[in-house]
Amino acid sequence: MARAVTNQRKMINTGAAWIIGLLIFFPILWTILTSFKSEAQAIADPPIFLFFDWTTENYSTVMERSNYGRFLWNSIFIAGGSTILGIIIAVPAAWSMAFVPSKRTKDILLWMLSTKMLPAVGVLYPIYLLFIQFGLLDNVYGLTFVLMLINLPIIVWMLYTYFREIPGEILEAARMDGATLRDEILYVLTPMAIPGIASTLLLNFILAWNEAFWTLNLTAAKAAPLTAFIASYSSPEGLFYAKLSAASTMAIAPILILGWFSQKQLVRGLTFGAVK
Amino acid sequence: MATKASRSAARVMMAPAVVLLLGWMLVPLIMTLWFSFRTYLPLRGGDQGWTGFDNYVRFVTSSSFWPAISTTLVLLIGVLTITIVFGILLAILLDQPMWGQGVVRILVIAPFFVMPTVSALVWKNIFMDPTNGLLAHLWRFFGAESVSWLSDAPMVSLIMIVSWQWLPFATLILLTAIQSLDGEQMEAAEMDGASVLSRFFYIALPHLSRAITIVILIQTIFLLAIFAEIFVTTGGAFGTRTLSYLIFQRVLESQNIGLGSAGGVYAIILANIVAIFLMRIVGKNLD
Amino acid sequence: MGQITLQKVTKSFGDVEVIPPLDLEIKDGEFTVFVGPSGCGKSTLLRLIAGLEDITSGHISIDGNDATDIPPAKRGLAMVFQSYALYPHMSVRKNIAFPMRMAKMDQAEQDRRIEQAAAALNLTDYLDRRPGQLSGGQRQRVAIGRAIVREPAAFLFDEPLSNLDAALRVGMRMEISELHKKLATTMIYVTHDQVEAMTMADKIVVLRAGHIEQVGSPLELYRNPRNTFVAGFIGSPKMNLIEGEEAVKNGGHTLGIRPEHIDVSATEGQWQGTVGVAEHLGSDTFFHVHQTGLTDTITVRAPGEVSFRHGDTIYMTPRTEQLHRFDDKGLRIA
Repeated sequence: MARAVTNQRKMINTGAAWIIGLLIFFPILWTILTSFKSEAQAIADPPIFLFFDWTTENYSTVMERSNYGRFLWNSIFIAGGSTILGIIIAVPAAWSMAFVPSKRTKDILLWMLSTKMLPAVGVLYPIYLLFIQFGLLDNVYGLTFVLMLINLPIIVWMLYTYFREIPGEILEAARMDGATLRDEILYVLTPMAIPGIASTLLLNFILAWNEAFWTLNLTAAKAAPLTAFIASYSSPEGLFYAKLSAASTMAIAPILILGWFSQKQLVRGLTFGAVK
Repeated sequence: MATKASRSAARVMMAPAVVLLLGWMLVPLIMTLWFSFRTYLPLRGGDQGWTGFDNYVRFVTSSSFWPAISTTLVLLIGVLTITIVFGILLAILLDQPMWGQGVVRILVIAPFFVMPTVSALVWKNIFMDPTNGLLAHLWRFFGAESVSWLSDAPMVSLIMIVSWQWLPFATLILLTAIQSLDGEQMEAAEMDGASVLSRFFYIALPHLSRAITIVILIQTIFLLAIFAEIFVTTGGAFGTRTLSYLIFQRVLESQNIGLGSAGGVYAIILANIVAIFLMRIVGKNLD
Repeated sequence: MGQITLQKVTKSFGDVEVIPPLDLEIKDGEFTVFVGPSGCGKSTLLRLIAGLEDITSGHISIDGNDATDIPPAKRGLAMVFQSYALYPHMSVRKNIAFPMRMAKMDQAEQDRRIEQAAAALNLTDYLDRRPGQLSGGQRQRVAIGRAIVREPAAFLFDEPLSNLDAALRVGMRMEISELHKKLATTMIYVTHDQVEAMTMADKIVVLRAGHIEQVGSPLELYRNPRNTFVAGFIGSPKMNLIEGEEAVKNGGHTLGIRPEHIDVSATEGQWQGTVGVAEHLGSDTFFHVHQTGLTDTITVRAPGEVSFRHGDTIYMTPRTEQLHRFDDKGLRIA
């Protein structure tokens, strides 16, 4: 039950929350603002907050100079590909665990979760070696496959928690209505779970997009996504603040927007359903 | 509750995911174990045979081991403390009635979606640079000497950057937990004469304890593996070399695979200890 | 078409045997009700017939063909679920069409059957709505519509009315009964409500712990319950069961008398007691009588308005020809 709160209380709450919110958001805001400044104004002392000469030249410079398009495409391909592939593999698995549970289902789920906790650095060299062996180093397909494997446990878990909310009777009704297993998954389960599948897609796209261990260590020039593109600015080039900001903004903007849509699912996805 | 047909179908449909993950886990794990018992220097003579537990001993006795452990712990405890304390406060604040709650939530959650390489770079250059960084401007404005954050106070800086990234996660989960707190329970406590503080300590905090545990465990797993932030900011210099960064350096920079693999096995064991606790909690939730 | 035979059917979940060997014959066109307290295995039995669960041993045949290993989709049976199990993402029309779509039926024939079913079930105006926009009773009718269009060999109902409120339940009960008269298709209906069983069934199967306690028409069960369990389960209010001296005197271990078969008087009668709670329904009055020296409480039904009040002394006389006698194993003594 919501209780009546005095306007004064509400105003104090609002003020405090907005100040803290803006403070937390400030680094992002500042980066976005800086990306529209000239290099000179970007490092001006005292800093200029809003009243500078807005310019988009940093964006064109960054795009020209570093073939931003290819990094962007690699990011989209790797994040999108790994997520879609993961979902295709995970939907049948999650169906099995949610609707035909056995004594081992719980163990399998927990075991999948445990693979997620394997520290990447512990297996870096073997993977590196295997990648060289199979010619997958600096290859978008190789990276897509690895990121799919990394996120597969989360995808299975998220789908599992969403599927469990679908009453089994509906799938049984489909079976009684003459649906084959394929029909049952395609025409009944999937359409009913669309919101859950979409959330899973979104969150895992974001996680894959931001993944910065394998993407940095398994790529060189050809397959490098935006994480690597940005990391290249850690050289003295990073001192060109306006350009760094423009590049950063381009790398985070798409995901920031998607992320805002997925905040609720984030909780479920990253806590494996333990917090709802 | 199902038929034989659906059970066998279930096994078939589960197979791809299980087989892939099994391969992903076992193959590199076995290779790491194998390498950890060998002297393996790809650039200096390659695989030079068995060494028993030499690598394990050398990794632990090397002068960089204990500093790396302490760096890891300082980073872990620092970030956990900051994110949980501020996360609880922020979650309570965000749970209050206010105008524009949705927008504030969006502002608070945003850092979590920023690519780690971006946030590390932005903090390193635009904020923490000793001459042109925004913090330097601020310090000078108040007449203080500007600080070269990443070389003079590297751990503080790193903890700040990482906390900024993880505070949204902690806040969001704690907020979700607070919102699931039964309002009537709070009102009942109020009727029973409990003060605001005792309501927080006797009702809200116990209710949050599970969410807090989850936050600790999940963040621990991610924080133990933290990489990009160190890679981009200090490259492991100035005492910011964590255990996983040390392993990374042994493997890729000094190309000592045997030694790095032994370190990797330590890291895996460490992560598994945390994982066991997390899985207990998640497992309980499954029934 | 729709004769179902169960031969020595058993079902175990792990080590727990929920259905011990069981034989049952359901005739074509019969309305059979499985009734029993919750956990008696009636729903499991229905799911075994549907094919949603495997039987552990035994045989099920439908119209003389062995259906034991045939998947549910191929058994030609339609089922109405307790939760209705409508597809929430499809319109009413698509819900009803789904089984025909799965059977790849000709579109024109599909439309014809949908129109027919919708008209019969008063759903014509709702065909383009989603299940979420319908009331409980309407959803129930959609579920029935989805079952009808397949022209199944038999309909299976799994407690279909338990999610409806009391008034609607009575209405739907009539509709299902009428549907049965019209279609003359075999129907198997599971319920824990003996009133539903009595009012709808041609044949009632009373189950307890997976065992069939008795099979028969409603009035057979009412008149000649085979044992104390059936005696207590069928009929409302429950039959009074009296043990001890009085029972022995009447030639049994347990004596049964229905509340409606006891006459009351303020002055004289065979048994004496004190009125506890009196329930005045207008048409009938129920008295819960204590301190009879026979059993804890004797329930009595008196027609019309009879004015005994709490604490009054009441005299009761059972109609001798309506007494039921059971032996020490609870079985009826003929």
